[in-house]
Amino acid sequence: MQTIEEYLPEHPFFAGLDQPTLELLAGCATNVHFNVNEVLFHEGDQADTFYIVRKGLIAIQVQSPSAGGVVVDTAEAGGVVGWSWLVPPYRWMFDARASEPTSAVAFDGACLRGKCESDPVVGYALMKRVAQVMFDRLEAARLRLIDMYGSSS
Amino acid sequence: MAGDTRVLDLAGLQALIDALGLRGYTVIGPTVRDGAIVNAPISSLDDLPRGIGDEQDAAHYRLRDRGDEALFGFAAGAQSAKPVLFPSDELLWRSRRTGDVTVIDRETEPPPGPPYALIGVRSCDLRAIQMHDQILLERTGADVHYAARRAESFVVAVACTDPAGTCFCVSMDTGPSPRGGYDLALTELYADGEHRFVVAVGTDRGAEVLAEVAAATATADDVAAAERVITEASGRMGRALQTDGLKYLLYANVESPHWDEVASRCLACTNCTLVCPTCFCTSVEDVTDLTGVNAERHRVWDSCFSEEFSYIHGGSVRESTRSRYRQWITHKLAAWEDQFGSFGCVGCGRCITWCPAGIDITVEAAALRGTPSKTSQRS
Amino acid sequence: MTSVAEHDHPDAATRALAAGDPMLPRPYRVVRTRRDTRDTVTLELEPVDGVTMKFSAGQFTMLHAFGVGEVPISISGDPTRDGLLEHTIRDVGSVSGALVAAEPGTILGVRGPFGTGWDVSDGIGGDVVFITGGIGLAPLRPAILELLANREKYNRVALLYGARTPEDILFGDELRKWEDRLGIVVEVTVDSGPHSWRGRVGLVTQLIPRIAFDPANTVALVCGPEVMMRACATALRDRGVPASSIRLSMERNMKCGVGLCGHCQLRELFICVDGPVLTYERLAPLMSRWEL
Repeated sequence: MQTIEEYLPEHPFFAGLDQPTLELLAGCATNVHFNVNEVLFHEGDQADTFYIVRKGLIAIQVQSPSAGGVVVDTAEAGGVVGWSWLVPPYRWMFDARASEPTSAVAFDGACLRGKCESDPVVGYALMKRVAQVMFDRLEAARLRLIDMYGSSS
Repeated sequence: MAGDTRVLDLAGLQALIDALGLRGYTVIGPTVRDGAIVNAPISSLDDLPRGIGDEQDAAHYRLRDRGDEALFGFAAGAQSAKPVLFPSDELLWRSRRTGDVTVIDRETEPPPGPPYALIGVRSCDLRAIQMHDQILLERTGADVHYAARRAESFVVAVACTDPAGTCFCVSMDTGPSPRGGYDLALTELYADGEHRFVVAVGTDRGAEVLAEVAAATATADDVAAAERVITEASGRMGRALQTDGLKYLLYANVESPHWDEVASRCLACTNCTLVCPTCFCTSVEDVTDLTGVNAERHRVWDSCFSEEFSYIHGGSVRESTRSRYRQWITHKLAAWEDQFGSFGCVGCGRCITWCPAGIDITVEAAALRGTPSKTSQRS
Repeated sequence: MTSVAEHDHPDAATRALAAGDPMLPRPYRVVRTRRDTRDTVTLELEPVDGVTMKFSAGQFTMLHAFGVGEVPISISGDPTRDGLLEHTIRDVGSVSGALVAAEPGTILGVRGPFGTGWDVSDGIGGDVVFITGGIGLAPLRPAILELLANREKYNRVALLYGARTPEDILFGDELRKWEDRLGIVVEVTVDSGPHSWRGRVGLVTQLIPRIAFDPANTVALVCGPEVMMRACATALRDRGVPASSIRLSMERNMKCGVGLCGHCQLRELFICVDGPVLTYERLAPLMSRWEL
């Protein structure tokens, strides 16, 4: 049975980090599993977990009265969920639920923040990776904003 | 035969017009109307602008009294040959609906009206006709209506002896002497000796028509006199356009702030494309009668200056006047070369003369180089 | 003074007249219609005179709805078979609306086929990536079918497809068939989805890092809104695919389809004659400029 430290280098988010760093971060992590439709978190909940997806599919959605839950993003194997743990006020802005049976590694947010504070080198390495994820997501989100497939396209 | 040089006197020129008429041509030539030189059907030398000259400058056109008897003593008229060979409205096809079924009348319309003989085509406009032959006849799709008019057309070109203030055919290497593509080409001599025309025979068809008219063989003096007036005219161009590196200059200046400056003056009125002899953009218009049974599709002139020209997916690609002026001048002086192997501008100067804002293509091209253009003080 | 005609215009004109009029539509009858999504319909047409049209994947026709008007529409059928002429049309205006509403038996006018094709066979011996968004799958479908007719000649083949919502996904059954039976990796994503959507949400560009292909030996065929094509081309370039191996299908206003009316020009390119399929190598300097 593969340990979390053994798995982490296989996940794109952690690729390139050295072994001591991985061990340090693995200390904040546990394996988790979600069944279909199981909710990871609700909008407004305190955000104190960072997930990396090993297998399956997580849907990020926004609830609206007439439209119900609109899925605005998904994360699959190799992806990550959540950075609200990093930015005050540490609160989830969206709902998240599993679209498929999903196994993930969950990192305790406070634990991760603590490790970043005490070791800035580790902190910076983590920030760079989070920044990359946000960059990709923001770019994709902005392009979807123009509704290019819409009726005027 | 083709290649000969002959001479016609005034009577001979009249006889030429008569001979063309007898052969069934509608003879079109320059006439004075509404204070401008316009092409219209002619039958007599009296219909031509005898002793009339022109003054042209940016946003300026006036006719003047030359004080002589020259029949072709002016430069580019208000329009080129384009409205004759490529009219602003041409019927493409008719259809008839019976119940749910629409049937198209598959007869290609014969050339509307009798064939045209064009008298007095300037070398710039002649070059433009050659360009249209290439663009409209020799590419992926051919314009059969242009083909029908063109196949039946007879062209009598005329060398310019008195260029105007907006002329720059020398810069564009299209004149002032006609360079082939004509049936007959005339150079008018009136200054010394008898009023006569040196005639270059361009085609066998031209030779045939000329044979019906008393045309003497040209003497060496006649030929020399013709060459003299043309050389002299070449030195009196009102404008100049430096063409070396012009394509790259325009391509490289796609983001130049200069376009904003031009856009502040340009009205996007499309006058320039209307009077330009090489512009060929068209659109289609569908019209039906009140019963909805009979319909027609027409080909109509269009202009890249209109906002709808580039409309797609709910908006126009070229929405700003800035982008449309840039498109027109870049096409004319750069992209045309990649598309058709030459500049699209023949130096006739009409776009300068007839622009209500007086925008000058030679000035705008020079502005991109960072140098002022040569403009003559004469007008 | 030169005197010999440079252009023997009577001959060019005579040749043009003999070649026939490219502006004259041929009548086609609507045989079948199929509603694909709420605003998209596929028409199957047969020529009234019985002469079927041979076309290359990627080409388009000018479709005429009599009494309404004419628009360019890509051919969406199988170029390897001599069947009915297929067009998948989205209702975005009066003409396309009339075409989408056409009942079987309606006579439409057809001119074409026009333009350059995808030439998917250039990818034989290597990998092929199809990337499409929205209705862009329709013009790519003939190239996909052409490839599938010779699947064994290609290595890895992937289709990345982005739609606005799950309801806008075209040819869903065919997508499944291609993946299950014909060894193509099909990845679908939508811009947003309802609660019941079990699939992926995100931009189609985000799928590019997820597929395996050899950048040096791949032909990428991209079709969709221009913004999407630019983003995908950039992502492909970032993966190391040469710009000359990336092909896009461009759209511009068209009134003739044969290079005469001038409307479709993108600088020196006539999209109807030099395109609609063009390499990103040719297009890159032109696509990034505003209002070109």
